[in-house]
Amino acid sequence: MGIVDGSIKPVPKWSKRACIAALMACALGAVTQPSGAAEDPWPGLAGDIFKGRPLDDGTGLLTLDMPVRAEDAAIVPITIRAALPAGDPRRATALTIVIDENPAPVAASFALGPGVASLSTRVRVDSYTHVHAVAELSDGKLYVVKTYVKASGGCSAPALKNADAAAAALGQMKFRVFATSAEAPLREAQIMVRHPNNSGLQMDQLTRLYIPAYFVRELRIWQGDDLVLAMDGGISISQDPNIRFSYVPNGAKTFRAEAIDTEEHVFRGEWPADAPDM
Amino acid sequence: MTRAYAVFAAGLILLLGPGLPGSRSQTAPFPLELLQIADGNFVHFGAMAMMNRENEGAIANLGLIVGEDAVAVVDTGGSGREGERFLAAIRTLTPKPVRYVINTHMHPDHVFGNGAFAAERPTYVGHSNLPRAMATRASFYLNAFRRSLGEALIDEVKIVSPSDLVQDTLVLDLGMRPLILKAWPAAHTDNDLTVLDTASGTLFAGDLLFVRHVPVLDGSILGWLSVLQETARIPAARVVPGHGPVPDDWHDALAQQRRYFERLTQEVRGLISRGVPIAAAAGVAEAEKGRWALFDEYHARNATAAYSELEWE
Repeated sequence: MGIVDGSIKPVPKWSKRACIAALMACALGAVTQPSGAAEDPWPGLAGDIFKGRPLDDGTGLLTLDMPVRAEDAAIVPITIRAALPAGDPRRATALTIVIDENPAPVAASFALGPGVASLSTRVRVDSYTHVHAVAELSDGKLYVVKTYVKASGGCSAPALKNADAAAAALGQMKFRVFATSAEAPLREAQIMVRHPNNSGLQMDQLTRLYIPAYFVRELRIWQGDDLVLAMDGGISISQDPNIRFSYVPNGAKTFRAEAIDTEEHVFRGEWPADAPDM
Repeated sequence: MTRAYAVFAAGLILLLGPGLPGSRSQTAPFPLELLQIADGNFVHFGAMAMMNRENEGAIANLGLIVGEDAVAVVDTGGSGREGERFLAAIRTLTPKPVRYVINTHMHPDHVFGNGAFAAERPTYVGHSNLPRAMATRASFYLNAFRRSLGEALIDEVKIVSPSDLVQDTLVLDLGMRPLILKAWPAAHTDNDLTVLDTASGTLFAGDLLFVRHVPVLDGSILGWLSVLQETARIPAARVVPGHGPVPDDWHDALAQQRRYFERLTQEVRGLISRGVPIAAAAGVAEAEKGRWALFDEYHARNATAAYSELEWE
């Protein structure tokens, strides 16, 4: 699973196990857990995911932006920025998004190349929940920030809106580079992958069977030969995984991306690096 | 008739004597108010609100079509309780059997009452995509609405998936009363179904038409715009929307809905072309704010859903 590259650290090995553990926990929990249980799941989650490593308060180093209310349960924007104080020589090397009350709390973990200081994606939010973002800095220390998101009201659900269309366009990719001011060293780009990212888990009320999950488990983006970003994805990432990130141009002519889903389909794309489309 | 009379009488007793002893489960359901909108067509108009304990989930319009031999219901309500009260109201009007329970789409305010009709042994009918949509969403909805409806109302809900599925069109008959059911491509949801009562010319549009209540997007905005053009050609004398009153001029109601979606589409496309992130989508089409009920509850969500669809153009 890990990506070994000169400039990037392997993606932690826990993510798949944690994901499966969460799947099991959900399957059992759906039957045995009384509704409205108020116990805070975070200490247990943090211990499992980060193997007991200390998590320091990331206030002042990281920001986590999400809407207060998940307007559409299936598509909740989330942005994480590393904003280290001037003079701090460290950089963020990995990010993990945990949606505490979701059936599979670990939404994704990202390995970050140099210059990736902000990252936005979209997640599913099943209920009222804390969301934690944990960043690993280049000195190996972990920092955490959190926010609270209210579940959407009404008939919004963290499920596909147009299931046939989602399946029909499987694997299509789109990439954009956004123009920024000339003096800014950072640019922004966005990678989009058509995939139902079916969260599975939902119990079929007739068969009482859980529908299997089917999602993009790995997404990697290179600028020339340098790996910019690697996502180890879970089922809480929204349909059509979509990541917008900052990067430092390295002079390469192309960006390319590779996505692998849980049925081992591989999707690839390549685009010019220097053509902001706006 | 004796049975209908008995149920109605029980309703009266409940109305006149709320202080009488007896637990809630022993009392007969108090009939919902049904208004006759055309010969053989009755509607319970839902509250212009979100589903909650107080309104028992009764926010969607429910239809009743009475034929020579049997009746059909179009949607069953947002709780088992509402479904029972709908059935009680039907029994104050007619003893004819409920031959069909038709669901216009997957949303809880339209299908949570399905179980209340099981003893009538109806045929449950829906869009061919409806069973899949119910399977993937039902357990989420049951959990999510526990908070707003409360334990008692949710515990009674029995999810009943349709057995007779509509791929394109299907004609059902209630005795001298053919109904034309049409399954639509993804629009409000990916399982929208309409019912045209040919005898009265009434189209039960489900949530393909919202009147006063802001439209809610849970399928495809471009699909819905295209479906609106097609629905405008249906030779209907009147249209019962999924939410809101029966409009005097239903083509005008369609046009208002179209205006909302066109404005949303245009402004969201503008954001996308300028590279503005999805998180800012909630602020588009503010000019629509004063024109719709429940705008603050649904508009930001519509804009988010529209953005995630239109960015693939």
